[in-house]
Amino acid sequence: MLRLEFMRLAFLAGGVVGLVAPAVGFFLVERRQSLVGDGLGHVAFAGVAAGYLLGISPVLSALCFAVVGALAIEWLRARGGTAGDQALALVFYTGIALGVVLVSSADRLDVGLFQFLFGSILTVTWGDVWTVTALGAVSLATIAILYRGLVATALDDEASRVAGAPVGLLNATIAVLAALAVGISMQIVGILLIAALMVLPVIAAQRVAWSLRSTLGLSLAIGLGSVLAGLTAAYYGDLPPGGTIVLVAAGVVVAGSLVGGSLRAR
Amino acid sequence: MHLTRPGPAVELEEVSFAYGGGPPVLTGVSLAVEPGAFVGIAGPNGGGKTTLLRLVVGLERPVSGRVRLHGLAPGARDGPRIGYVPQRAQLASGTPVTVREMVETGRLALRGPLGPLRADDRQAVAAALERVGLAEHATVPLRTLSGGMQQRAFIARALAADPVLLALDEPTTGVDAESQESLAALLAELRDALGVTILYVSHEFGAVEQFVSRLVLVRGRIVFDGPPAELPAVWHDPSHIH
Repeated sequence: MLRLEFMRLAFLAGGVVGLVAPAVGFFLVERRQSLVGDGLGHVAFAGVAAGYLLGISPVLSALCFAVVGALAIEWLRARGGTAGDQALALVFYTGIALGVVLVSSADRLDVGLFQFLFGSILTVTWGDVWTVTALGAVSLATIAILYRGLVATALDDEASRVAGAPVGLLNATIAVLAALAVGISMQIVGILLIAALMVLPVIAAQRVAWSLRSTLGLSLAIGLGSVLAGLTAAYYGDLPPGGTIVLVAAGVVVAGSLVGGSLRAR
Repeated sequence: MHLTRPGPAVELEEVSFAYGGGPPVLTGVSLAVEPGAFVGIAGPNGGGKTTLLRLVVGLERPVSGRVRLHGLAPGARDGPRIGYVPQRAQLASGTPVTVREMVETGRLALRGPLGPLRADDRQAVAAALERVGLAEHATVPLRTLSGGMQQRAFIARALAADPVLLALDEPTTGVDAESQESLAALLAELRDALGVTILYVSHEFGAVEQFVSRLVLVRGRIVFDGPPAELPAVWHDPSHIH
């Protein structure tokens, strides 16, 4: 399997995404914003369509749209006038509707679009690997540097404000990191399944972890393991990689629940 | 201990407040709290006692009047550090956050959000846990502790900020009577040991009455302000309060 270059590239890019998506998802789950990744995926869809229409890289335009969408959700939420789920719904539906209109205008309702919707990891190039690795490294380094502030804000927004922390900036940072995670995950699992790779490893880790740090560590391990196992299963079973990766992660959630339940019953 | 300026630890001058252009919650509230005082703030639901505390810690801004902490506006750079225990402080998280991890977040006020904690931060966290009697539970997930012990953990988080002012909003909600008195006694000890000023908002002030040096009753405005012993008997009647 690894003698084939497209599989080596798939494992490299997938490995980075397997670490970055749950690292960002960890904070989204803590903030009870598990569906933000899903909403940003839909905004990214509009970005892909805009890329087609403007004749620029769909990945780049999707990334830009996701960043703007993430900041819009955070701005609407922080203003207090719009509840978090309503802000998400507004951006979510605007994104998908805009995507439909733009795709139709560009006349690109074709296989190329489906690759973004459902992932196309087997078409990853070396250029994609370098882009994913660079953005992934920036994301993980940001999380490592701001870890304490991000955790404190996720656990107690108001106490962090009273402590004088730049809560708005920390929240905006997580929003942008979520958008970056969506951007680099698009080719791996597809727009429709991005949120799953951000959230499912964290939910699985919560079932068996014993602390905050162990939850984050296990989330990354499960994310990486799900991508590697999912790609391998997809290769030998001739299955779609994106869907297989997410099914593996969902299976780990079920297994984690069973193991966690038996540990607590002792 | 953080250096402070002379004058009242907390000062409100003719403060009025309303949420989003709604009816006034507080009108013309003036209050001065000396450093090291343990003040109970009580009153009926909707009376504005939580709002008053949120104004003090800087989570709300008055519509008119002004709030000063040791002469500075809440949230001012180099202003006095505040240890804040929010109303119904509890972790909604599904993650098993340990007691130590939660208390460590209190160091945000001193260390900021960048980089890891240092050795002196860890010592401060250990000291805070020791003070509230949770040193042996440091590695236990917070959600596995009783309500009273969880509140002690939140107080430890506030103490980890090395505060000049400790602001607690209904810290005994959902806590049994014995734990309520135990918490109030702990706060009195902290006030004596650390010289910290304490504002303690409580729907029921019975548990803290014997510990506070001053009681403030709020019902849109301040309707009583003085030693608990001088509280008119009629105010002890819950039906009157409501």
